[in-house]
Amino acid sequence: MQTAASEASASWRIDLFVLPLILGLGWLAGILEAARSPDPAMAIQGWTFAACMMGIGVWYLWSYAGRTPADERTPYANDVVKAGVIASMFWAVAGMAVGLILALQLSFPHWFYFPDVPWTNFGRLRPLHTSAVIFAFGGNVLIATSFYVVQRTSRARLWGGSLPWFVFWGYNTFIVLAGTGYLLGITQSKEYAEPEWYADIWLTLVWVCYLLTFLGTIIKRREPHIYVANWFYLSFIVTIAMLHIVNNLSWPVSLLESQSYSLFSGVQSALTQWWYGHNAVGFFLTAGFLGIMYYFIPKRAERPIYSYRLSIVHFWSLIFIYIWAGPHHLLYTALPEWAQTLGMTFSVILWMPSWGGMINGLMTLSGAWDKLRTDPVLRMLVVSVAFYGMSTFEGPVMSVKTVNALSHYTNWTIGHVHSGALGWVAYVSFGAIYCLVPWLWGKKTLYSNALVEWHFWISTLGIVLYITSMWVAGIMQGLMWRAYNEFGFLEYSFAEAVQAMHPYYIIRAIGGGLFLAGVLIMVFNLWKTVRQGAPAAAAAALVPEAAE
Amino acid sequence: MERWAFEEVLAFTRSWDAVYFTAMFVVAAIYAYWPKNKAKFEAAARIPFEDEGH
Repeated sequence: MQTAASEASASWRIDLFVLPLILGLGWLAGILEAARSPDPAMAIQGWTFAACMMGIGVWYLWSYAGRTPADERTPYANDVVKAGVIASMFWAVAGMAVGLILALQLSFPHWFYFPDVPWTNFGRLRPLHTSAVIFAFGGNVLIATSFYVVQRTSRARLWGGSLPWFVFWGYNTFIVLAGTGYLLGITQSKEYAEPEWYADIWLTLVWVCYLLTFLGTIIKRREPHIYVANWFYLSFIVTIAMLHIVNNLSWPVSLLESQSYSLFSGVQSALTQWWYGHNAVGFFLTAGFLGIMYYFIPKRAERPIYSYRLSIVHFWSLIFIYIWAGPHHLLYTALPEWAQTLGMTFSVILWMPSWGGMINGLMTLSGAWDKLRTDPVLRMLVVSVAFYGMSTFEGPVMSVKTVNALSHYTNWTIGHVHSGALGWVAYVSFGAIYCLVPWLWGKKTLYSNALVEWHFWISTLGIVLYITSMWVAGIMQGLMWRAYNEFGFLEYSFAEAVQAMHPYYIIRAIGGGLFLAGVLIMVFNLWKTVRQGAPAAAAAALVPEAAE
Repeated sequence: MERWAFEEVLAFTRSWDAVYFTAMFVVAAIYAYWPKNKAKFEAAARIPFEDEGH
């Protein structure tokens, strides 16, 4: 059964017929939009999409015309994972640099705000930042690591021939389309779901291919048990498909215009959006990255996970409870009271599976704690789990109605998001990439462990500055908004609260700058590892590198 | 008519959600901690190390 799919050298392959056909049709659609659309922004999107399709088409020709790529003759597909690692680091630098620009715009609006250059407006750059770090950086990390892990734990090559490559290129095309769209002012105004209908349709196609690749690999596995990391990855892929399709149900004004209207309105729209939004946190930023934790921490610590049985309970309780927590984004709104209470209650219950998972990750180090002193990569992975524990404690606290009355709409929320995004998601990703680069490129070690130490400490200091300044700013902001004087009038005007936050905004910008500096150190270290690292001993380098 | 259907659904979920959620959790926990499954899961925990390469 599996031979048909894994016979990469077959002379006629369906993937080499269907996927270029999709690229050709995509190119045609892009050209038509560019030529016919009355909306100049949409025409630029058309050109961009057509250029991406053409670029991928050229890549297909270059890789497959008259030959079989060397990577397809090895037991595991590694090149697509390498490409994912490179894309991840590129988007990390881009997305975090935009974040720093935004922090500086808020701190020094006189210097960093350019009224004559609309695409530098905060409202356009903000979704560019969030999408670039979550979907471009995080998404590429998830796709790359899931491809790596599912092959090793299934002892099977990725299914689908060139399909994984289509997933990689197609996903990054979506990112380019979304990001350039924001700069042009195209958005459907749904947080974390800003891309318009055509980009959403393209992502749906790519995501189905991702699911096929992943499931196909699991189905042809040679390992009878499906390792827990794959359960987490699979729940991430399936749930994101469901969330993406439902939340983006909309009707375009015309096929030649970017604008569309959601099928939902009013409070139904709000609830659908936050059912999507919070489960994007739960299944993209949590379940997917837990897949990374369950493979890379045991692998790096050279010890099996503390309790495999706990990981099963962790998985089922996490996915059943997360799906209900979304309404906590809509406390004190038009949403019915019972739904608000439901969201709050499930958010508090969610604390238990989250901490079960955290304990499982941390206790894997039991008996090997000394490794934290000597191995900064393992330390990064373990600190990420500690941050996971911290932000999954903070989240339930903030979802309690009385706390939310103070915290909602303030910078405390921004601080919470970043303790999860920088401390958990980015750190576990950095740890995984620091592991992957020497493994994939067949190097004995990283170029410099000292640089990893520098990265770790600089960015940890950055996170601490970021989240503490946002706690102070957020709580102060919340208290100022609700302060009344003796006559029952508001004590402070809105602008006074904005002014009071100025020093904290500067501290936040410094924290973000330090975090970005850490990433740049990492990029340098990885570059040097690939270029100058000593090759791994022949026996250990089973990492199929036959071609090089 | 619509309102009645909504109220009915609400009443049902209010009374039964807690029961079947607890039941599902108990089933998952029993499966995970069933003594006979111990060896199987301990072997599963070693899967990342069975691959000879990286």
